[in-house]
Amino acid sequence: METVIKVKNLGKKYDISHMKGGYISLREVLANVMRHPFAFLKHKIKKAAGLVKKEEFWALKDVNFEIQKGEVVGIIGSNGAGKSTLLKILSQITTPTEGEVEIKGRVGSLLEVGTGFNAELTGRENIFLNGAILGMSKNEIAQKFDQIVEFSGVEKFIDTPVKRYSSGMYVRLAFAVAAHMEPDILIIDEVLAVGDTEFQKKCLGKMDEISQKEGRTVLFVSHNLSVIESLCKRCILLEQGMVKEIGETKNIIDRYTKNMHNIPNPNTRSFPANLETGPKITKVSLLNQEDKIQNVFIPNQKIRLKLEIQPSKSNNKDYSIVWFISNAREQLLAVSSSVIFNKKFYESQGRFAICEINPQALIPGGYFFRIILHVPGEENFDDWKNCLHFEIVNHDINNSGYSYPYIWSAAKIFLENKWL
Amino acid sequence: MSDPKITVIKPKKFFSFNDLKEVWQARELLYFFTWRDLKVRYKQTAIGVSWAILQPMTTMVIFSIFFGYFAKMPSDNIPYPIFVYTGLLVWQFFSSSLTDASNSLVANQGMLTKIYFPRLILPISVIVTKLADFLIASVILIGLMIYFQYTPNLLGLLILPLLILISFILALGTGLILASINVKYRDIRYALPFVIQLMLYVTPVIYPASILGKYSYLLAINPMTGVIKAAQAAILGNAPINWMLLGISAGISIILLVIGFIYFKRAEKYFADII
Repeated sequence: METVIKVKNLGKKYDISHMKGGYISLREVLANVMRHPFAFLKHKIKKAAGLVKKEEFWALKDVNFEIQKGEVVGIIGSNGAGKSTLLKILSQITTPTEGEVEIKGRVGSLLEVGTGFNAELTGRENIFLNGAILGMSKNEIAQKFDQIVEFSGVEKFIDTPVKRYSSGMYVRLAFAVAAHMEPDILIIDEVLAVGDTEFQKKCLGKMDEISQKEGRTVLFVSHNLSVIESLCKRCILLEQGMVKEIGETKNIIDRYTKNMHNIPNPNTRSFPANLETGPKITKVSLLNQEDKIQNVFIPNQKIRLKLEIQPSKSNNKDYSIVWFISNAREQLLAVSSSVIFNKKFYESQGRFAICEINPQALIPGGYFFRIILHVPGEENFDDWKNCLHFEIVNHDINNSGYSYPYIWSAAKIFLENKWL
Repeated sequence: MSDPKITVIKPKKFFSFNDLKEVWQARELLYFFTWRDLKVRYKQTAIGVSWAILQPMTTMVIFSIFFGYFAKMPSDNIPYPIFVYTGLLVWQFFSSSLTDASNSLVANQGMLTKIYFPRLILPISVIVTKLADFLIASVILIGLMIYFQYTPNLLGLLILPLLILISFILALGTGLILASINVKYRDIRYALPFVIQLMLYVTPVIYPASILGKYSYLLAINPMTGVIKAAQAAILGNAPINWMLLGISAGISIILLVIGFIYFKRAEKYFADII
């Protein structure tokens, strides 16, 4: 095996003090200058002289790994873990603050589909322009021109300005150019999140071809874990700018989904002894139907929400338990309460409560639980926000050969349906 | 793949000759950027490329009417339109090159943050684009000469490529510095048009340098003075070419190019981070 990418002690520091400034409106700045002209001037001079303390942020720190020729490696991690920064350094868009990377071979990076596409130019012209930007020579592009057009499926509109293209056509053409650049090392960031299902499949197929048949090395970032799982043998898990783990994709994904957002399952908390006001939740967990702890579910697998509740010392009224499920964008998607099932919990009784939930309506993605204990119409005894996290994975529940396409993730729920 | 290229990415300190080699290797991209700019500029315009002629020509007509006809500005006994147009042609090549080069990084920020290519290509390509405009606008000068039945100094025309080269170097050198600053402080975008407008008045475009008499050395604060005077001298033969002044212009241009190049290369490492 030949090492093609060697990353040694890589670090990237950002100075975030001036990044904040960008969000202040001009009006505010002007008003501020008018009100405190001397303070403003003093600050500016201090800043120019370097006396203002810089706020630093290490987007990457002490990153080390090696990648062999022909490997397809996935990079995963939550937002802000440093995935994009790493790709930007590997593609030479930005320079590292410390450490170094040694790359053997031609690098093609695809951090965005259609970088440099010009809306006024025709499809044909954009193929040449984009190809050149991606590092292909004019001859190379001319040679592959027909293949690119065929792959994109926009033959009819090749001499139409791309501003008249539908967004789907635009993306197809852009990906087609990128797919034909034939670098030794291909770096891809989340670009498959676009296009229709059929085209996505085509792209994944192409990527498979690039790595399997042509023996090229691919580095791939995606939030779509199932794509990572199907394409990559090995994975790098980044956490807060550092390499948390490198290894076989399945193990890494398991670990990642468990650690996601650092919400443990089961999640426990202890209280000061004051239980006068009412019962409190002390432990929550998510289980599968075999009562085993589980965080990742396929859509037709039932989720068991298990609560451990510390009883109240004073009262003995009955109360209900309400759960909420919201997505990663904090949109509330589902809510239910024990009250509608006439299920009664008594304040003075400590006990377990288990609710079985069918997550079929949830599209693939990450979700959070919030749990409230209350007497309907009265104050909450307990309100535990984001107490649990679980993941619904992309899964072909009907064995149709198609799983839930990424492009549909703009929708929030999936309704059970059947074609008669 | 017999001999794969090895790239080492590490914190950048200084520029090296590799940077120049890189630009040379990416010359096809330079061609494509220029081609794109030329192609896109006049798309969806009614009169298309005529804009490249219309701008300097209108300026020339207005100047000729107000400065030439009403204000009776002397022009060393050359028809005023020809005199003013010669200067304008060179000046506009320089000033529009400088303006666009200074904005070249900001204008392409989408690309800067998403893909790597030698960044130097951007400012260089916009100036090459301006060169095309310059050539198109030159046609008018020929037309003017035919109209006024003015015979230019044909031998003097030979020096024109050199003058264009000096303007190119000066615009690029200054443009590299301003483009780098512009990434951080967008003030450049507002200040530059204003400064360029002022500079026009300390350049012998509207008036001949001769009207300043013994104070004409004052014009030397603008490095373009030497170039424009030389262009007028070469084409119109109103005065011998002031080789010393031209030499100073060339010297300043080269110094600015070196400074611009070094500054650009040093600033390059944070372009993608803060643009």
